[in-house]
Amino acid sequence: MSLTAASSGAAAASSAAERADTRMASLRAIYIIWYRDILRYWRDRWRLVASLAQPLLFLVVFGSGLSSALGGGTLFGASRGFTYIQFMYPGIIGMAILFTAIFGAMSIVWDREFGFLKEVLVAPIDRSAVAIGKALGGTTQAMIQGLILLVLAPFVGVKISALTVIELIPLAAVLAFGLSSFGVALASSMKSLQGFQVVMNFLMMPMFFLSGALFPLRNLPGWMTWLTRLDPASYGIDPLRRVVLSDSGRSAGQIEQFALTIGGHVLPIMLEAGIMLAFGAVMLGIAVFMFQRRD
Amino acid sequence: MSGSEAVIQANGLVKRYGQLEAVRGIDLEVQHGEIFGFLGPNGAGKSTTISILCTLLTPTAGTARVAGIDVVRDPARVRQRIGLVFQDPSLDDVLTGRENLEFHAFIYSVPAAERAKRIDEMLALLQLSDRAGSQVRTYSGGMKRRLEIARGMLHQPQILFLDEPTLGLDPQTRQSIWTHLNELRDKKGITIFMTTHYMDEAEYCDRIAIIDRGQIVALGTPDELKAMVGGDVVTITSSTPDEAAKEIEGMLGVTPVRDDGSLRMEVPDGKVFVPRLVRELTAPVDTVTLRRPSLDDVFLKLTGHAIRDEEAGTKDQMRAIASRFMGRRR
Repeated sequence: MSLTAASSGAAAASSAAERADTRMASLRAIYIIWYRDILRYWRDRWRLVASLAQPLLFLVVFGSGLSSALGGGTLFGASRGFTYIQFMYPGIIGMAILFTAIFGAMSIVWDREFGFLKEVLVAPIDRSAVAIGKALGGTTQAMIQGLILLVLAPFVGVKISALTVIELIPLAAVLAFGLSSFGVALASSMKSLQGFQVVMNFLMMPMFFLSGALFPLRNLPGWMTWLTRLDPASYGIDPLRRVVLSDSGRSAGQIEQFALTIGGHVLPIMLEAGIMLAFGAVMLGIAVFMFQRRD
Repeated sequence: MSGSEAVIQANGLVKRYGQLEAVRGIDLEVQHGEIFGFLGPNGAGKSTTISILCTLLTPTAGTARVAGIDVVRDPARVRQRIGLVFQDPSLDDVLTGRENLEFHAFIYSVPAAERAKRIDEMLALLQLSDRAGSQVRTYSGGMKRRLEIARGMLHQPQILFLDEPTLGLDPQTRQSIWTHLNELRDKKGITIFMTTHYMDEAEYCDRIAIIDRGQIVALGTPDELKAMVGGDVVTITSSTPDEAAKEIEGMLGVTPVRDDGSLRMEVPDGKVFVPRLVRELTAPVDTVTLRRPSLDDVFLKLTGHAIRDEEAGTKDQMRAIASRFMGRRR
């Protein structure tokens, strides 16, 4: 009797120590999985350059073209305080974050295809570390990718102060985190690269178009209003716009004329960020669950 | 064997996929410090068995203990104690060799104070030190394999599992991989369990299990297995093999085995047999070869068919198709 009691006591102590070890092991694993993604990101300089090209194309060609077509109409222009390119600029930052976050997280599918994922999945670590590490890796890349575009501010006639940059960092992080977690959740159940094209066409593009990056989410047809409010990216891009344009010297009314509303009310930025964060947490939870199932 | 402790112990392993029985009751014991080879054609159940032992697959029936730990009940502790080299590449080729090892050291909880030391040691042991800072994509096939072996050894496992470690490598590189594996066994006292379908490679192993259609058909040292063939192997080719076979069976009392156009026979004393064969045979004989038995002969004798790449195909072909498809995509 006493022997069993003693040994079970020892077992309890050692299992507590083992739990602490497991936690440390998970943290180390998350760190190295994140670090690997960052290393790969820096090493792939062409991708960095290429990823700047697309936003530029949007701003210069698409933006200029549409500005001319709108021709200083009632929606944009002097009367409303902003040109179309100025309106669109924060949306393009959001676009860069959206695409980089989802693509970054979906690199899991590549890792699976080229075998590296196996090295990670057979390691004696909790698989939640894989989901979390990948989500954080995608988050970091997307943040950098989005914030780099702030250097374009002078070219589109948007003034940005240091304080604004500091405000933008957490907002970009929240958007990047939400979408990266979404990407990891998608990738966790994807066994081949074929699914990738599907995600691209049926999820990323609609998410982008409905996010308010290219046009204000006001006075839309009813069905579309619904869809835009269901698009998680809407809640990440709207705060970016309101903060980026806040240094422009326009009135609060002029800045908020484009802001996201629900039932006619403008949402507070903190609430939008909270929605995005909650979305990210739920997606990450799904991703962790998917990875922990043994295949 | 020498009565030392078994580091791998499998009893009645079975793996079924629906109707298909990939592994049909495998029992084996591997002793500490052995190089144990699992030999058989593709599709024989080698990879399935090694995957069960590595805790990557759960058996349908049977038990296995690796490093004294049950593979089904405690897979995480088994994985901490084994090193794995997979059949397919699993390196990150954008990272350098050293970075790949660092990644591994982190996810296997190698103590921080020892990380650099162990990485340097393994790089040196596998002769990769001078290229450790280059991206893996610049490595040759043999270097990648060596890096994977170094990686598998980094967390100081008791057993190193290798699934077809020399697949797709040229003979010279295969040879050097073997030199390294022997060195690891001698210097690190590690047990090595590997699968191969190259007969000549199995000769490097201390013991071999020959597996065919999910079952072990023979188990022993290469010499023991070859002794099963008995005597020498004589192979003849003839333009009329059927006639020749009949004649040999009738006149010389030996039953030849047809293998494509050639006839193989096992005889106690080849030096005496060959002149008799040539003298007495009326069917035309094109070539005669006489040699000591190889593991190929053992396999042929035990299973009635040769290990060849007939079945090789499916998986390699799939991979070829996959890479072509990906190539187009990228």
